[in-house]
Amino acid sequence: MSRHDAIIVGGGPAGLSCARVLRERGVKDIVVLEREQEAGGVPRHCHHPGFGFSQFYWPYTGPAYAQRLRRDANGVDLRTTATVVALHPGGEIEIATPKNGLETIHGRTVLLATGIREAPRAARLVSGDRPPWGVLTTGALQQLLHMTGILPCRRPVIVGSEWVSFSALYTLRRAGIKPAAMIEEEDRITAPGPGAMIARRAFGVPVLTGTQLIAIHGDAVVEAVEIECNGQRRRIACDAVIMTGRFVPEAALLHASHLEMDEGSGGPIIDQHWRCSDPAYFAAGNVLRPIETSGVVGREGEAAGHAMAATLAGRLDAPTRRVPVTVSPPLRYVTPQIIAIPGDRPNDLLFRGRVNQPTRGTLRLLRNGDEVWRRTIHALPEQRIQLPGKHVSLDGIESLEVRLGPS
Amino acid sequence: MIAENLDSRKPYQVAIIGGGVVGCAVLRAFALAGARAILLERGPDILAGASKGNSALLHTGYDAPPDSLELACVREGYNEYLAIREPLNLPLIETSAIMIAWTEAEHARLPALLARAEANGVENVVAIEAEEVRRRIPLIGSGVKSAILIPGEHVIDPWSAPLAYALQAIANGAALERHCEVLGGAFEDGLWRLRTSRGSVSAEVAVNCAGLFGDLVESIARPPPFRIIPRKGQFVVFDKSAASLVETVILPVPTEKTKGILIAPTAFGNILVGPTAEDQDDREKTTVDTATLKMLIRRAAEIVPALAKHQVTAIYSGLRPATQVKDYQIEALPDRQWITVAGIRSTGLTGALGIGALVRRLYEKHFATLNDIANPVWTPVPNLAEAQPRPYQQGGSGEIVCHCEWVTRGEIEAAFKGPLPAMDLGALKRRTRCMMGRCQGFYCSWRIAQLADGRLPIPVASGAAA
Repeated sequence: MSRHDAIIVGGGPAGLSCARVLRERGVKDIVVLEREQEAGGVPRHCHHPGFGFSQFYWPYTGPAYAQRLRRDANGVDLRTTATVVALHPGGEIEIATPKNGLETIHGRTVLLATGIREAPRAARLVSGDRPPWGVLTTGALQQLLHMTGILPCRRPVIVGSEWVSFSALYTLRRAGIKPAAMIEEEDRITAPGPGAMIARRAFGVPVLTGTQLIAIHGDAVVEAVEIECNGQRRRIACDAVIMTGRFVPEAALLHASHLEMDEGSGGPIIDQHWRCSDPAYFAAGNVLRPIETSGVVGREGEAAGHAMAATLAGRLDAPTRRVPVTVSPPLRYVTPQIIAIPGDRPNDLLFRGRVNQPTRGTLRLLRNGDEVWRRTIHALPEQRIQLPGKHVSLDGIESLEVRLGPS
Repeated sequence: MIAENLDSRKPYQVAIIGGGVVGCAVLRAFALAGARAILLERGPDILAGASKGNSALLHTGYDAPPDSLELACVREGYNEYLAIREPLNLPLIETSAIMIAWTEAEHARLPALLARAEANGVENVVAIEAEEVRRRIPLIGSGVKSAILIPGEHVIDPWSAPLAYALQAIANGAALERHCEVLGGAFEDGLWRLRTSRGSVSAEVAVNCAGLFGDLVESIARPPPFRIIPRKGQFVVFDKSAASLVETVILPVPTEKTKGILIAPTAFGNILVGPTAEDQDDREKTTVDTATLKMLIRRAAEIVPALAKHQVTAIYSGLRPATQVKDYQIEALPDRQWITVAGIRSTGLTGALGIGALVRRLYEKHFATLNDIANPVWTPVPNLAEAQPRPYQQGGSGEIVCHCEWVTRGEIEAAFKGPLPAMDLGALKRRTRCMMGRCQGFYCSWRIAQLADGRLPIPVASGAAA
């Protein structure tokens, strides 16, 4: 069994950013395992600006950002087409490679940075026919187009109005395709800010809010969707349905392992040093929860890299006590879910969470039952809420609670 | 290959109409008996109709109507499957099944079912207490009254088995034509001339294995004495993360109309729940609907509450070719040189091999003697089941292309080769399981399209920029 200081599972923004930091911190034996034929992750297929800004302060396109990440991680042992198939206690991981099949390798520290994917039609339980092609996610659409040149539609309907939905729209418009409509179940566009408004006007595609996808019609190919708006049903003729957003962590590997998972986030439970319930494992990036921008994800990978380097240098011991950060509805989750003792309070400690429904109220941080921070907020399910960690002294901490309630 | 016209072929001894699991097994039976046989399938692949969506169970026949053809075929098919599965490399997941009574009324029906199992000659079917159910299925929901254990019920791979039958038939001299719809036929001078979408095929005896189109095909030979009533069953497949929750098939107490909604492990490491039983007129529509799928998930969570936390990987529905009578409709029409195989409802996957043997006997009784061929060729199929070694584990089969089901490039490439290459996406999925996992093609659609290299009908918007 080969042994390494650091193994990084997943060569996307979080994994590659972590690899760079580890190398910069002088860690010699770093292996990045990427199951695709090329590292870089999801941004590789998003041919438009908007990537990595909060990491590099430059509005990279997806592919350029991916290239920058790869270049910055130059020198680490990057293994593509290497798939991790099982995680065992203590950093022992089972991998499959085309050459050797299954083998077990060991990392003194292991970063899990497996990212996210969109929920496909099946998981959404959408009614109707099941044509073989033509019902696909943004990820599938963009990869088909950019890797093979296949664009499987002339007049699709886009389902959803998250950022990624506009990414799908942009991809289609650039390929000369005008979608028949974009439909959104909620009464408002999900993607925040003016970007969506601009995209909406510039592309001239009707965005139907308050509109539900009722069924997909077509046997061999998609022929139409049935939608419902204000109790009225109608058909829109189309030749594809692009299921966008509703991201879920790509965490099957973790679910099958010994690591503790958070039902609220769909990702692993981590402490303030990005460590999972087994301290040999760290996790960062969108596997923690859906979904942050690539720049935030890259930053998380960097922070996890620092924690791993500290662990390897013997400056970060395994915790003897784990204080849970408790949340209750309407909060869905908060990361980190655990405060590890002993441990530091990293300078950049932030609690990040989401609500499960639009909520106005006061967000409070309670340490040992005492309020140490509060702010009035208006939270939407798709938007991150943030709580500064600087108010949380770890000395004598018994409990930590994040509460969102009436003002 | 698709365009080849069949007019010039010499007459066959046997022409089988329909390439579902039954047609494939019947073709195999004739091939191994040395008959010159051909199978004509209208779809782009075998299993394009009723056989593509079922519960994937190997049935003992414990609950079949006594003295029925179904019972005889299921019993014979069950034993034959166990006898041939190893040389064909077909899996057997020895799950056993537990039929649970949740109400007093259901509990009261169990003794009759036990008696039927005994009358049907299925051994070791026993009543068990709620405690024993909990021991065998620790996560079972509350409210179990009592149960029956059926040790012989198992799970198999519903696509590889018929594929193996077809491939073995071809390897031993049979012909199989896809994209070949039988449109009509005439019986003259002791010979059937079947008119197909690719010319006419002559055969001494025609066998109707047309499944959902059984009555329409039967009308070629006679006014059909039965009517096919397609009965749809919807299913939900839970993620592999749920696999350890249920390792036994969990059956409800059946009603007159249906065996009810079951929960079963699959050979591929998932958990499925279904089917519904919805009569419909359409012979091809396999739609799903949100309300029914949600009902299935709710039902699953009542039976095994822990399932509620697991993601849904796939949804599907299949059609059973039921008729107005309960039993299989299998008979020879000696003066028409025709054999009818119809109404193979929900047990066809198990019954198929038994049906193959029965059809051969009918042929020998009414038409001609056949002799087993010496040293038949065996054609092991690639293993797709999680419990047995798979190519990604061994290496040398290229990189993993489908990350959810761990399907390698070598497996995809192999599916486009051989005597029954995949010609549509459904065929490729059934042969490899690619795109059938939790991401449903998010990661691998492009790579599949690339590897298919024109061999799959993928719609492309012309003039689109790459």
